[in-house]
Amino acid sequence: MVALSQERLVSSADAPARRSTPPSFDRLFRLSSLGSALLVLIVLLGIIGAMIYGGLPAFREFGFGFITSSVWNVNEDQYGAWVAIVGTLSTALIALVIGVPLSLGIAIFLTQLCPPWLKRPVATTIELLAAVPSIIYGMWGLFVFAPLFANYVQIPVSNIVEGMPIVGTILYARTPSGVGILTAGIILAIMIIPFIASIARDILDQIPSVLRESAYGIGCTTWEVVRNVLLPQAGVSIIGAVMLGLGRALGETMAVTFVVGNANRLSGSLFDPGSTIASRIANEFNEAIGLQLNALMALGCILFLVTFTVLVLARLLVARVKVG
Amino acid sequence: MSTIALNTSSAIGNAAAADAGAPVRIAVRNLNFYYGDFRSLKDISLDFYDRQVTALIGPSGCGKSTLLRTFNRIYSLYPEQRADGQILLDGQNVLSPSIDVNELRARVGMVFQKPTPFPMSIYDNIAFGIKLYERLPKSELDGRIEEALRKAALWDEAKDKLRQSGMSLSGGQQQRLCIARTIAQRPEVILLDEPTSALDPISTGKIEELIEQLRSEFTIVIVTHNMQQAARISQFTAFMYLGELVEFGPTTKMFMNPTKKQTQDYITGRFG
Repeated sequence: MVALSQERLVSSADAPARRSTPPSFDRLFRLSSLGSALLVLIVLLGIIGAMIYGGLPAFREFGFGFITSSVWNVNEDQYGAWVAIVGTLSTALIALVIGVPLSLGIAIFLTQLCPPWLKRPVATTIELLAAVPSIIYGMWGLFVFAPLFANYVQIPVSNIVEGMPIVGTILYARTPSGVGILTAGIILAIMIIPFIASIARDILDQIPSVLRESAYGIGCTTWEVVRNVLLPQAGVSIIGAVMLGLGRALGETMAVTFVVGNANRLSGSLFDPGSTIASRIANEFNEAIGLQLNALMALGCILFLVTFTVLVLARLLVARVKVG
Repeated sequence: MSTIALNTSSAIGNAAAADAGAPVRIAVRNLNFYYGDFRSLKDISLDFYDRQVTALIGPSGCGKSTLLRTFNRIYSLYPEQRADGQILLDGQNVLSPSIDVNELRARVGMVFQKPTPFPMSIYDNIAFGIKLYERLPKSELDGRIEEALRKAALWDEAKDKLRQSGMSLSGGQQQRLCIARTIAQRPEVILLDEPTSALDPISTGKIEELIEQLRSEFTIVIVTHNMQQAARISQFTAFMYLGELVEFGPTTKMFMNPTKKQTQDYITGRFG
């Protein structure tokens, strides 16, 4: 043993410190990784700049009226974003109303109630839901879900509520085609569930088990533990998770374009077709020229602003629990 | 050996002597406990006396916390854990499937290693547990909360900020809040799982004083790593090792004159 280690010492002393990489490579490596990081920033700024530059003529032409006007007439070159903004916000809101309770249910089931052998299959299924490309949701929504929705929901519900005040407007389908704002909201809900559910699960998992035990320890039922202790403890981070889902729902394009109906019409009914900012852009961008193109760019700016705000808020809220 | 032995024996004078005539409150009979296939408690039989403090001591992994966690069946939150045998609380087997565990847990309160205030105000932390089982008018509820805080020696520090979050208290205060929350439910038994292991010496001292006072009303079982603490506050001590009960007796006898050599070795710090 001793002889061996001595031999090694000698041999290492003989050869001068031989480095496998020259110092200049290290400098290059550091510069290139800095460059990679900067590239993202440059791309982002470039996109923002291009969007603003492209949208500026429309904002200049219509002023603030671009946001509040609900006219979108290509022949007369008159453009207003209001219908698309309302459509975007209402589909996203519907998605949250349906998706958030389901997502929280999934997260609570997975972290509190699920027998260990079932945990993995359920969690994997949820993750797979996130892996389905949005075009698939769009096709499925249009060809499978919409006809069923028209036959089994829109027509019967419309028959029941016809003539009633308020609900007779909100839930009445003039043309029960299955597509529309509510359909888009439902498809969006399915799409955002995996995001909200998996983040909410992580948040609930981070709560120390001793807090959960002490809540059970004073005789709480599972419902009381979840309602009074775990959810308040998770608090704002759960809202952050919801905001992340909202960000996705606002910007989702393909699936919504398939099922929203693409009508530029403000309607009081959730069954009626409408459009969202993203679906409007996807539909018209290919053939747009002149002011129409500028108007679509301006729509893009608005969408960007809204989703960016939502995402920043979400990040801030999710980050808070990890510190606290 | 001698210094530690000296310290522990000088500490014994502080706690009241064991009351040999106290009735049995909890009788453990042939209790076995399993984490999956691993048997972590082996045929434990042991009595806990009414209004006495019983300390469970032993090296890490000896099963003392596991034993404590069977009394309110908190282990049943984890499907891979199970117990067989009998734990008779006032003659009723708490391991029986017909027992309502939520009600059991209100009767057998538990305080954990770390303070666990709920995410609500100091007032609500205590009111929450009471409201689970009793409907009281506001004035009576207020009275119960004050009583619990007084008994937990927290009233003077907390009375002006009952509406503030429980998290705003210091660690030692939070732990007393958890004790207040437990006693507000008027349990019969209080289980303390190393309640001072996360606290500084001054807070530890306050909690120990508190335990001494609570003994007049409750049957107390405490798990502790700290031998001096066991000597200071308990009337009975059970020494466990590798899932078995090695020796049980009045604390004075356990520390001054243990029967088993293993007990003596542990108490004098030769292993553990």
